[in-house]
Amino acid sequence: MLRFTLRRIFQIIPTVVVVALLIFVIFSVVPGTFAASLFADGKRAADPQMIARLNEEFGLNKPLIERFTTYVTDLAQFDLGTSFRTRQPVIDLINDRMWASLQLAIAAMVFALVVGVPLGFLAALRPGSVLDTVTMIGAVSGLSMPQFWLGLLMMYLFALQLNWLPSFGYGDGSFRNLILPAVTLGVTPLALLARTTRAGVLDVLNADFIRTAHSKGMSEAKVVRWHVARNVLVLIVTTVGLQFGSLIGQAVVIEKLFAWPGIGSLLVDSVAIRDIPVVQGTILVIVLWFLVINTAVDLIYAAIDPRIKQE
Amino acid sequence: MTAPLLDIRNLRLGVALGRSVHHPLLKDVTFQIMPGEAYGLVGESGSGKSITSLAVMGLLKKPLAVFGGEILFKGQNLLSLPKREMRRLRGNRIAMIFQEPMTALNPLSTVGRQIAEMFVLHQGKSWGEAEKLAVEALGNVRVPNPDRRAKNYPHQMSGGLRQRVMIAMALACNPDLLIADEPTTALDVTVQAEVLRLIKELCAARGTAVLFISHDLGVIASICQRVGVMYAGCLVEENETRALFENPRHAYTRGLLGALPRLGSRSAHGRQRLVDIDSIIADRSKLTETRFIAPRGAERGQP
Repeated sequence: MLRFTLRRIFQIIPTVVVVALLIFVIFSVVPGTFAASLFADGKRAADPQMIARLNEEFGLNKPLIERFTTYVTDLAQFDLGTSFRTRQPVIDLINDRMWASLQLAIAAMVFALVVGVPLGFLAALRPGSVLDTVTMIGAVSGLSMPQFWLGLLMMYLFALQLNWLPSFGYGDGSFRNLILPAVTLGVTPLALLARTTRAGVLDVLNADFIRTAHSKGMSEAKVVRWHVARNVLVLIVTTVGLQFGSLIGQAVVIEKLFAWPGIGSLLVDSVAIRDIPVVQGTILVIVLWFLVINTAVDLIYAAIDPRIKQE
Repeated sequence: MTAPLLDIRNLRLGVALGRSVHHPLLKDVTFQIMPGEAYGLVGESGSGKSITSLAVMGLLKKPLAVFGGEILFKGQNLLSLPKREMRRLRGNRIAMIFQEPMTALNPLSTVGRQIAEMFVLHQGKSWGEAEKLAVEALGNVRVPNPDRRAKNYPHQMSGGLRQRVMIAMALACNPDLLIADEPTTALDVTVQAEVLRLIKELCAARGTAVLFISHDLGVIASICQRVGVMYAGCLVEENETRALFENPRHAYTRGLLGALPRLGSRSAHGRQRLVDIDSIIADRSKLTETRFIAPRGAERGQP
């Protein structure tokens, strides 16, 4: 198990290197510069002198190969560069924002797990029941509803009409502020989890070893606890891992909507003004995050399913 | 004469197609198994052997349902037994071995734990004690290094070993009746012989009666004292094993025996074709009681 763990952790490194190079290449071919974007609102005429000065300052007029060398050597020392806009180290900007995002993503996932998995289980154990039908209709609606719109509805109902919860903002990390964005963000993974859990449970219930379990004289509850749960867990872990990754992407919209000071809104703002170091740093951190979750999922797999370690 | 251990009387079951309509699969199946006796049930795929055994276990799944008859186990009608009571018998007094050792065990649980469940369920043992008893049970089915093997997962074992685990599990609580549904079909021939011998010896030693289901007459002959032949949902013939082989009375049984290759028959009788039983299995709903062997080819035209 230890060897397996170490191997999976070391596999992260080459991926990070490739991603870092890719990010650099992409943002050196994207048109537009930070300096030019300052005049993009059209209120002032572009001042060529100022643009030249800014490009000089940020080293944007140096040859590509030279910029690349600087980027790589800095990165090797865990230096993500300095923001063009705020002139702060990128790592500090990300550090300020990352925890709010992480908090939001984890809260959304916990909500999805706590509600979605039991619903999927119950629906599968009584297929065709009212609960099953309602859950599946709910799941399809949850998957097809645009999150942006759902967020607005929630804001309107719970903040404006009922006045139960604050409609936006971080509120210094108070739990009440977290509820609306987390629930909105959690609806998609919840719907997916309910569906996959239901399908998974139904699948396992048809397996031969479940018939064996019944032939031993086990009650339905014990069959589910002793034989179904663990087998379905593999599927749930996969879904959670995949969803966690895409949550980061979806969070960009939700963070904007609820004015949540997360990494997603930082990314969007920085792309708009071509603040390349921040964009590069943010994407790199998101990728790293994704890789860490994937590795964690693989390790949990191996802990659940003894067949995986052998491969 | 002693009372039969299992007494199946006029068992009728089928697929429920709505409230009152049903498609019959078993028609008035009646046979008895004495305590300690090995009874074989032969017949082709779809003849109703397996659903008979599932009915005894109370494991029929919808839309399959029993429409009539009785299954008496030690004089108690299993069909009218409350679920709870049935669970207490299942695994404990009546145990079952299935055909597919590859999939009949939970892949995510050690075999020791899966055997131990029997002791926890039926004998109220703690998990610690049960695991020890499971190692013993593995030793009883002659699994080498039982204490090491108990910690194995099913995928770490061969088909033969897994079937031994199934046998250990089924016999864990010393049941009165063991139902073996084609337990050797998925195994290769040498392993098959070992597993058969194991079932035969263990059941003889413990006085466990066996309901042995197979389509292989050779296997049945080596293990059973009496045989019932099933065809299209009916028990068409029943006899002592030896008598059935020497003097098959029903046309279908003769067909089955004729399809069996025999070593040395060519030198004794010259080169002969094996008889095949042609035509597909008949649609039960169109069969009449008197004519149901008629669609078959080999015996047609004979009185």
